[in-house]
Amino acid sequence: MDFNDTPEEATFRAEVRAFLQANAQPKAGTRPVLRQSGIDAEGVRRCKEWQAKKADAGFAGLTWPKQFGGREASPIMQVIYNQEEDNYVVPKGLYEIGLGMCIPTMMAYAKPEQLDRYVKPALRGEEVWCQLFSEPAGGSDLAALRTRAERDGDDWVINGQKIWTSGAHLSDFGIIVVRTDPNVPKHEGLTFFFLDMKSPGIEIRPIHQMSGARHFNEVFFTDVRVPDAQRLGAVGQGWKVSLTTLMNERLAVGDVQRPDVDDLVELARTVRLDGQPAIRNGAVRERIAEWYARSQGLKFTRFRTITALSRGETPGPENSIHKLVNASKLQDIASYGIDLMGEAGIVMDEDLVEAYGMFQAALLSSPSSRIAGGSDEILRNIIAERVLGLPGDIRVDKSVPFNKVPSGNR
Amino acid sequence: MNFDFSDDLKQLRDEARRFLSEQATPAVARRALDEQERYSAELWRAMAEMGWIGAAIPEDYGGAGLGYEGLCVLAEEIGRAVAPVPFASTAYLAAEAILLAGSEAQKREWLPRIAEGSVIGCFALSEGTGNPDPRTICARAVGGRLSGVKYPVTDGGIADIAIVVARDEAGQIALYLTPLAGVARSDLKTIDSTHNHARLDLDGTAAEKLGAAGGWDQVQRLLDRAAVLIAFEQVGGSDACLQMARAYAQERYAFGRPIGSFQAIKHKLADVYVALELARSNAYYGAWALAADASELPLAAATVRVSATEAYHLASKENIQTHGGIGFTWQVDCHLFYRRAKHLGTTLGGAPFWKDRLVSLIETRNAA
Repeated sequence: MDFNDTPEEATFRAEVRAFLQANAQPKAGTRPVLRQSGIDAEGVRRCKEWQAKKADAGFAGLTWPKQFGGREASPIMQVIYNQEEDNYVVPKGLYEIGLGMCIPTMMAYAKPEQLDRYVKPALRGEEVWCQLFSEPAGGSDLAALRTRAERDGDDWVINGQKIWTSGAHLSDFGIIVVRTDPNVPKHEGLTFFFLDMKSPGIEIRPIHQMSGARHFNEVFFTDVRVPDAQRLGAVGQGWKVSLTTLMNERLAVGDVQRPDVDDLVELARTVRLDGQPAIRNGAVRERIAEWYARSQGLKFTRFRTITALSRGETPGPENSIHKLVNASKLQDIASYGIDLMGEAGIVMDEDLVEAYGMFQAALLSSPSSRIAGGSDEILRNIIAERVLGLPGDIRVDKSVPFNKVPSGNR
Repeated sequence: MNFDFSDDLKQLRDEARRFLSEQATPAVARRALDEQERYSAELWRAMAEMGWIGAAIPEDYGGAGLGYEGLCVLAEEIGRAVAPVPFASTAYLAAEAILLAGSEAQKREWLPRIAEGSVIGCFALSEGTGNPDPRTICARAVGGRLSGVKYPVTDGGIADIAIVVARDEAGQIALYLTPLAGVARSDLKTIDSTHNHARLDLDGTAAEKLGAAGGWDQVQRLLDRAAVLIAFEQVGGSDACLQMARAYAQERYAFGRPIGSFQAIKHKLADVYVALELARSNAYYGAWALAADASELPLAAATVRVSATEAYHLASKENIQTHGGIGFTWQVDCHLFYRRAKHLGTTLGGAPFWKDRLVSLIETRNAA
């Protein structure tokens, strides 16, 4: 066992470091970015500028084919890039979905001339993409979506509503899965397209989140026309295409969000409990120890995943553990840190409260981490069914035509 | 990054698993449980012949020289099999104490005999209720003679030698080696009778100090090293529980379907899986720190001690729960793991001790 890079990995890491040193500000000593609010116009400008710089230096789309500006590098190189970039203050939050999910799906299903048109502008950050999957009636049960598309000549006409669409209001294009046949069971009646987000009939309304931010949107479709040429995969094969998209989500090797246990230790050293630093208190120590063990366990699970990637293996459903553990840990640490601060723990003023309000911001944003991108419950199902091999749930809607499936009042 | 065992060690693990699944069946553990024997001498001899007991003992001292990663791999399989052998007492504690603190002559005298299986060791630290703490040590070594009462001592009733934590004439804590022939000892009834546990009444027993140095730090270092190895047993036991629960959930039907199709069971077992994987990953780090004799070892040991103890407790209790009523019977093996989980979770000090130590180590690290 060792933690060393292979010679090839070490060379690449040095190259990444040189690029970041020359182009970005180190994070050490700076205030954490709390991301309470969404990305504003200035944020978009900075994201675009950084993405272009990354693409020009050959660090965007590392694993992509060379013909599209990638390096055809192994996934481990992406991990190495991410590790290094994490030490620097760089603008984030605009391209993750487009480059991580939308464009890889395009690469699997779009026509060569479409790839020539769309991939490079996406890579350089000139065009932003979003993913239109979830609906009010289809979140965890994604295949229950109701937005429909009907054929009309060379076009399809889309009507319905999507929800929780990250960055829709900033996007130029989107990928979408819709129902084209309600008379067959739910998985069989879906078809997949990409579309221009400026198409007539699209209305985007930001969702005011409980954290105060407006990152997600509702997207309404009224007679939106999409050319059949923008269909990805065959009619009725939309579920299969969706799985390609979601498969790419799993390759993400969970980021650690703050506050983590080190922030809690620091907090417990400064706040006082019963006349002494809180960290002297046995109950506080016990909680810190438990979170530290979980946090380290996750770190070394990540190391095991990286080892597998480094050997050219593909992470499977066991990778669900990262988000499942991280999300609850974040929420619980945020809550406990606030408890330690006592009544002043409710204060959000960054200059008044400990750790620049990191705990308070995380308390209000962390519920979304346990839901977005696969809820805790769905992740436990994935582990139980696909890692442990337990039987699938009984699905009462599986072989019933979609328009005969009970849907309750909502 | 190469954070995994080598192919050779994976092969050793597979061989060990195959051997133990044939030779260390639950029926073997049950002979100890039902007090027909105090440990499996047959299994012990086989382990000695395969070089397992001396896996981490250098070849110069008669060991197999497989290194600590090799010993970790074996520990996981022994834990999985709830094998009724004094492996931890002998290999992780007695042999380690001699390697850590013993003089060259002591190493030459004892390690080859330990490695070949002719000397069983045990570690006598506790003096009744309480967690590891130098202030609780009353046993004394005066003029090369030990006196005091030590209990519980795992495998104390079957061991040939004991490593005893005691004070010298000046009150300084040190490790002493004493042959147990002639020492008054009585077996204790414990929650895990798949291992022997005894009380030692030391009354002027001849003993030699291990090496020249001493001090509680030496004891703690021994505990740290053993904690990593025990953690692999805990991981192996947790995995066995998860596999048992999983198999039962697939074959047991209720309400017209396998109980494993209910989310109440799925999510429970997913949580066990998560706890196990976190513990396993921490154990890998412990294995690295132990093998590299890294300065991170104390922190790594306390971390894995906390997570492996938690994982085994969870896995063993939820295995019983998944089985329902049948899991509460003597005849079904669930309780072997439940018993072993609590034994391993307390043997080097319980969770409160290790959690407190973990935070102290984090504080020390942060202050540096």
